[in-house]
Amino acid sequence: MTAAVLFENVSRHFGAVKAVDAVDLEIAAGEFFAMLGPSGSGKTTCLRLMAGFEQPTGGHIEIFGETAEGVPPYRRSVNTVFQDYALFPHLSILDNVAYGLMVKGVGKSERRKAAEDALAMVKLPGYGQRRPGQLSGGQRQRVALARALVNKPKVLLLDEPLGALDLKLREQMQEELKSLQKSLGITFVFVTHDQGEALSMADRIAVFNDGKIQQLGTPEDIYKRPQTRFVADFVGSSNVLSSAICARLGVPAKAASLRPEAIAIGTSWAEQLSLPGTVTARSFLGATNRVSVDCNGEKIIVASPAAMPVPEIGADVQLAFSRNDLHLMEEA
Amino acid sequence: MRSDRSTTAPLGLKIAAIGGLAFLHIPILLIFLYAFTTEEKSYQFPPPGLTLQWFAVTWNRPDVWAALTLSVKVATIATAIALVLGTLCAAAVSQTRFFGRETISLLVILPIALPGIITGIALRSAFSMADIPFSFWTIVLGHATFCIVVVYNNAVARFRRVSGSLIEASMDLGADGFQTFRHIILPNIGTALLAGGMLAFALSFDEVIVTTFTGGQQSTLPIWMLEELIRPRQRPVTNVVAMVVMLVTFLPILAAYYLTRDGDQIAGAGK
Repeated sequence: MTAAVLFENVSRHFGAVKAVDAVDLEIAAGEFFAMLGPSGSGKTTCLRLMAGFEQPTGGHIEIFGETAEGVPPYRRSVNTVFQDYALFPHLSILDNVAYGLMVKGVGKSERRKAAEDALAMVKLPGYGQRRPGQLSGGQRQRVALARALVNKPKVLLLDEPLGALDLKLREQMQEELKSLQKSLGITFVFVTHDQGEALSMADRIAVFNDGKIQQLGTPEDIYKRPQTRFVADFVGSSNVLSSAICARLGVPAKAASLRPEAIAIGTSWAEQLSLPGTVTARSFLGATNRVSVDCNGEKIIVASPAAMPVPEIGADVQLAFSRNDLHLMEEA
Repeated sequence: MRSDRSTTAPLGLKIAAIGGLAFLHIPILLIFLYAFTTEEKSYQFPPPGLTLQWFAVTWNRPDVWAALTLSVKVATIATAIALVLGTLCAAAVSQTRFFGRETISLLVILPIALPGIITGIALRSAFSMADIPFSFWTIVLGHATFCIVVVYNNAVARFRRVSGSLIEASMDLGADGFQTFRHIILPNIGTALLAGGMLAFALSFDEVIVTTFTGGQQSTLPIWMLEELIRPRQRPVTNVVAMVVMLVTFLPILAAYYLTRDGDQIAGAGK
């Protein structure tokens, strides 16, 4: 089966800055794909390469089997939902949504019908006559989505689509985007710096850092089996244990990641591993207590359930965890 | 909390303000007054009598019509050139980054910062060196140099307020460069161009200095007025023309002011 988006050794350098550096990527048709990374990691440049706003300085890009280099944005069957939504302020909502059809020469009544259907799909029926300035942030986001989807793109690109929304709206939109993608069957590629968003929505995630893909896999892979220190740290802030601590635990590895919630404070069972340490800080986060423990000069974060008693600062504790939760990494 | 707007200014300040405004505007009222005087050789005050005959006299003077037509033609063509070049320049400077961008921006604005006489002398010597005969077109070129600045300044301010992602969004939705310009860019910068064009027209219409240096035998309306003041014949005709010039230039400037006053919100930057 042809890949929806294929990157072969793609680079985008801006002078000496390697925004995207030798990236290989294959996104399957119908997939909900997330590109996750901190700002400046190259994820947005990758999205812009797919949209056609940037041209690669090296490598090869295909979109559904068609070569994409040199093809301008207006000749790609790809549409984008912009971070700032980029709604046209001088056009009504209906004209905004119908814009893509208008420039393609679709007749007036036909494109109005399609635009109204698209607005209904994003749950904004009857908003057509308003102006972008009269809508809330969440509503504008839906309009931007309708404006992209009305063109029936083969790939929908979303640039930090939920970044400007408040928490509650964001969670609601996450679910809606997910079900919309399922029902339409369109390949969604979205860029985010929010690991929770990527984990909850995506079928697969590519974690970016310094213009390269650090790890590509399912959310569970990325979360439970980080391959590099960066992924362990960025996706859910895992503890990374040094080779010295690994040796003390009797585990031969250069480094190992350990999730904060996999650690219990207290005496260990026989089959568990344990580490002695001193509590240096603690904070209440609602569902959990975040406890910092110093083990031989290395800080280990423990997410302790709120129901469990929290040791005082300065108390000597035993950290207990299962060998299965310790994920060994190739590099330090 | 609102500041108290009803506080009155000291009396001295009021008198100074009234005096300043009177100094600025009474001479203009005098121009209007002498358009109706019955005395045609000198401006004596008070006018010995009032008449409307000078409007009819002006209407029947072919030299007035020739000067007026020339001025309108020059202003129209100079404005048209300025609209095209000024918009293109503003687009380049505000939408892209390139080496020497600030320098180009400064060089474009320079003609209006320079004294008109410098621009005039420079153009005159350039035209003679290039063996270009002084004509209608040399006047147009001279005027275009400062008309571009006005259009550029208006357009560049508006371009900065049109967020770049609007253009990308348009391209993304399938519009090529021309369609994007027509459907997205033009509606967003339209009022700025109209305002810039009107200001440019008004500037060109009453320009004297650059015209003196770049014109041949033709007289634009302001030059004609300058020449007419020296002659002792039918003086109030000049005043009638002055009134017309004021109206022709004042109305576009007023319109330009109202057109650009509103709409401080950045187009497409709403979140």
